[in-house]
Amino acid sequence: MPTPTNEHIVSSYEDELIQLAASIAEMGGAVETAISSSVDALLKVDHTAARELLAADAKIDDMQRAIDETVVSMIARRQPMASDLRMIIASIHVANDLERVGDMAKTICRRTLQLDGSRLSPKFYNGLRHMTDLTLRQLKEALDVYAARDPEGAIAVCEADAEIDALYVSLFRELLTYMMEDPRNITQCTNLLLAGKSLERAGDHATNIAEASYYLQTGKNLAVLLEQKHKS
Amino acid sequence: MSDIATRDIPVKAAAETTRSLFERDPKIKARWNAEGRFRAYGIGAISIGLMFLVVLLVTIIGNGLPAFTQTYVHLNIELKASKLDPKGNRNPDDMAKVMTFGYNPLIEQALEEDLAKAGIETDMKASALRKLLSSSVASQVRDYVLSHPGEVGKTVSFEVLASGRVDGYLKGRVTREALAQDKNLDAAHLDIVDTLVKKGIVERRFNLDFILGADASDSRPESAGIGVSMLGSLFMMLVVLVLSLPIGVAASIYLEEFAAKNWFTDLIEVNISNLAAVPSIVFGILGLAAFIQFANLPQSAPLVGGLVLTLMTLPTIIIATRASLKAVPPSIRDAALGVGASKMQAVFHHVLPLAMPGILTGTIIGLAQALGETAPLLLIGMVGFIASNPPTDLVAGFLHPNSAMPAQIYEWAKRADPAYYERAWGGIIILLVFLAIMNIVAVILRRRFERRW
Amino acid sequence: MEARATDQAIANADHEVIKIEARGVDVYYGEAHAIKGVDIDIAEKTVTSFIGPSGCGKSTFLRAINRMNDTIDSCRVTGTIKLDGEDIYDRRVDPVQLRARVGMVFQKPNPFPKSIFDNVSYGPKIHGMVRGKDEMDELVQDSLRRAGLWDEVKDRLAQPGTGLSGGQQQRLCIARAIATKPEVLLMDEPCSALDPIATAIIEELIDELRENFTICIVTHSMQQAARVSQKTAFFHLGKLIEEGATEEIFTNPRDKKTQDYITGRIG
Repeated sequence: MPTPTNEHIVSSYEDELIQLAASIAEMGGAVETAISSSVDALLKVDHTAARELLAADAKIDDMQRAIDETVVSMIARRQPMASDLRMIIASIHVANDLERVGDMAKTICRRTLQLDGSRLSPKFYNGLRHMTDLTLRQLKEALDVYAARDPEGAIAVCEADAEIDALYVSLFRELLTYMMEDPRNITQCTNLLLAGKSLERAGDHATNIAEASYYLQTGKNLAVLLEQKHKS
Repeated sequence: MSDIATRDIPVKAAAETTRSLFERDPKIKARWNAEGRFRAYGIGAISIGLMFLVVLLVTIIGNGLPAFTQTYVHLNIELKASKLDPKGNRNPDDMAKVMTFGYNPLIEQALEEDLAKAGIETDMKASALRKLLSSSVASQVRDYVLSHPGEVGKTVSFEVLASGRVDGYLKGRVTREALAQDKNLDAAHLDIVDTLVKKGIVERRFNLDFILGADASDSRPESAGIGVSMLGSLFMMLVVLVLSLPIGVAASIYLEEFAAKNWFTDLIEVNISNLAAVPSIVFGILGLAAFIQFANLPQSAPLVGGLVLTLMTLPTIIIATRASLKAVPPSIRDAALGVGASKMQAVFHHVLPLAMPGILTGTIIGLAQALGETAPLLLIGMVGFIASNPPTDLVAGFLHPNSAMPAQIYEWAKRADPAYYERAWGGIIILLVFLAIMNIVAVILRRRFERRW
Repeated sequence: MEARATDQAIANADHEVIKIEARGVDVYYGEAHAIKGVDIDIAEKTVTSFIGPSGCGKSTFLRAINRMNDTIDSCRVTGTIKLDGEDIYDRRVDPVQLRARVGMVFQKPNPFPKSIFDNVSYGPKIHGMVRGKDEMDELVQDSLRRAGLWDEVKDRLAQPGTGLSGGQQQRLCIARAIATKPEVLLMDEPCSALDPIATAIIEELIDELRENFTICIVTHSMQQAARVSQKTAFFHLGKLIEEGATEEIFTNPRDKKTQDYITGRIG
């Protein structure tokens, strides 16, 4: 929850801003749960759970729609300026990114449904599990950084994304090896690969959330700044 | 979202705290009663004021109206050439040598003849009969003869003034009982007068000379008029208008717009306000010392009277002008300055025209006040001066001694003859008419010049 | 993307012509210190808005630019304000001449109680700007056109200016101000007494006038400042807290006080 340093004179405006932040946090929590549950379902090849999670995605979509409507209403009624304006615009972007992550969880569930009832071998999914942990941590960090408006933390999240990308590349190679070893692994490994891709993309969305929080706090674009930093 | 929506607001029982709108609160009743009483006091006060006003008007008009009518006698006088023009050459300069005394026999003869023609018998002597007429008749006939020498030898019909007592008798002022002590007239005279009135030879009609004519001596109230002193007042007002308006307005504009706000200007302002309350006779003494003794201006002249009244009216005009200037909203000044007008241009092009209605009203009120002032004229000699000759030209109008209307009225009221008392009331009516006209002019001018801003 | 936009703004600033330069301006009303050490540059042919809470001195500063404060006896101004490089508080400067070059429009429309024509022609007349009736007619028509009022009043130029509606009166005041062909137009909350439609008409007018005039506008409405101006200056308790491009001030102000005021927090 963002802590305002001083309050709006109109307290209902202040309440609305707090409520908006709470909605984002709630959506973030729901999405985190969606990702970890969908990966669990994948690793256990639990079709029932996967189907339930697919249905639950509708709730996440609803949350995003609700946040959009709130933002439009606040712009019309409150004419937000400066930091309030940035915060409200950032909320749209973050809600959008969270909804995309929700869609990633949905994709993972579909992968689960593609696998037949056979159990997965641990050596296949250890890499994926590691990647999941990393992605979940990124998500949590990004949401915390957003709530706390921490520019340094935002930079850290963006830079940590490289690790997920690297992990995806190594997972890709590993699963490729397994597939080349034994053609019967191909179904499992391809699905696992696709799941990994989804996680990697979820990680990218986490960095978007971090960039949004950086913009919120400083009014500057983090991506451009990091690009310049890496050039020099 | 917020807690309020979930909280239940208890609905108040209607009987507890709210009462019907149709039911009157006892406190309201008390208030209405108090307001009603206050309104009654107000109406009572106005009624008393109106009552005094009505009494005043009725008294003035009742006492003053008779002054506008005068008794005249139709007389046919034979202008005997033998008496009036001994040399026979109809030369006015020669004829002027015949004084009014010489006309009296002619008048007496005319009286006897006309009475006989009317069928009135009397054993009064001709000289006694002449007492029926005003003592100004002889000079009236003489003036006519000198200006119309060709009429000598003819019988001319004249309308002459009856004497003041006769006039008083016809107006009901003089009673037969009162005449018992009178040495001029007695009951026999009055009988003749009654018969003459029936015959139409003596009549009471509107007297323009009262309004336009000159003042007369104590013994001839019937020929006294307020005209000359009216001219005196007029010339005085001219002086006051021409001097006090520009000086007052200019002083006011300077004090209001241009002068620095320090203790010195504050002192001036306080003093000006106090001057408006100074007794008017003080201005009279000032005028005596400054204008007559120091500047050697002619005594009793309207010019001097005007100067004294100017001093009296200036504070009124200055105060009225300042109030009008202050009433002009500063946004107009700001607008003018914002366009690049200098302070002077802003004042003269914008502020002054908007203040004009107030200034005019103040001026006319000041003039009206000055018109009615008597005390300051006391010491410069305009009170008590008998205004018997109208001024000959414009310059003389300002410099020759004269009186003013209120002074004239006071003078008349002092004189013994009751006819003069009646004339004083008549003079008051004329004065009031003037004041009413001036105030109406003020209202009209104000309406004309008023602009909305 | 953001950084590139800022670079652009900085680059533009280098090419800007500065019309009014204020350095170390202090204004005192008797003992009260109303404006404290203000330094600001007003760029030519732009709209600069002065915002800030009540009593912060923005109107006082505005009035200092055309020396309207001279009319208040207890007011004292120190520091320099230069118009095209010439200090307007120099002893040699006549305020009357200055005010022909720096026009003013006030908060409450205050047309003269004269005809519409006379309202507009008064300024040029006293400054002797035109010769002859035809030139004056043309000047009045031109000013009324620029103020967007011509079509509405061309048939009733002889009628009093006070008979117009509030918005029309304010446009008449604008026409009157621009009739003297000033270079700078100062507007002190010109729309605060008007309804939204009239306000919008005047904002459009300000946008058009900006091509030829340098405009400084004091406003209580931040939305108006955001809509109408290119540069914004935030005043607080007599000091100039922050000044810059309107977009920057309203999306990402540098100073916390500015932020608090703009967002409606207790400052």
